Amino acid sequence: MSSIKLKASAKDGAVEVKALMTHPMETGQRKDKKTGELVPAHFIKEIIVTAGDKTVLTANWGGSVSKNPYLAFSYAGKAGDKVKLSWTDNKGEKDSAEADVA
Amino acid sequence: MKRRTFLQGTLAASAAGLAVSAGLLTPGMVMAEGGGAFDAKSMEDALKVMALTPEDSGDVKIKAPEIAENGAVVPVTVTSGVAGTTEISILVDGNPTPLAATFILAEGTSPEVSTRIKMGKTANVVAIAKAGDKSYTAKQEVKVTIGGCGG
Repeated sequence: MSSIKLKASAKDGAVEVKALMTHPMETGQRKDKKTGELVPAHFIKEIIVTAGDKTVLTANWGGSVSKNPYLAFSYAGKAGDKVKLSWTDNKGEKDSAEADVA
Repeated sequence: MKRRTFLQGTLAASAAGLAVSAGLLTPGMVMAEGGGAFDAKSMEDALKVMALTPEDSGDVKIKAPEIAENGAVVPVTVTSGVAGTTEISILVDGNPTPLAATFILAEGTSPEVSTRIKMGKTANVVAIAKAGDKSYTAKQEVKVTIGGCGG
């Protein structure tokens, strides 16, 4: 099961991309309430969104992006484009998802 | 054996150093490796690492709630009206590490990004748009009733 919900829709020559990812986004500064120990940092560091073989957006994130992060933006494109979003977190874990622009 | 690993380590380190001084690696790449600006503990430090000296601009617009009941999820949209914007960064001046996100826009990508960020307390959300050698900034205060960094 993918950790990413990706939607892309075309309107007036622009494609709006909306993504919702499942990720704890731990800053590394929060303490576990039971043990009092710091919860290790675990957050998405980099996101790359491509349309076809062109990169349309690269995002570098820190731990201050909310848990289960949301991202929305648009680029000049059209229906039928293939949009792909890939993320890499600070532990080296990765995931990606693809969507056809409707 | 130990001596060998030691030597290899030193060689690798100096090679990286050389690459930086030779301009093969941009500071941004080095930054990404160690966390860099994302680890900076103050706005000044973050801006220093990002090598930005932004000027205030009405062309950078932030859409964020005036009052956030839950600091863990503060929706923010940044729009840059500056022509040729290539990068948009979102920072929170009251957070332990102010830099939250940097978005690198490709040609044809609209200079408008939305995401959700965490805020530990009432503070300013600061947006910086980079266009060419210059950068422009705007800020908006968000009052936080419940902080987002205590879990």
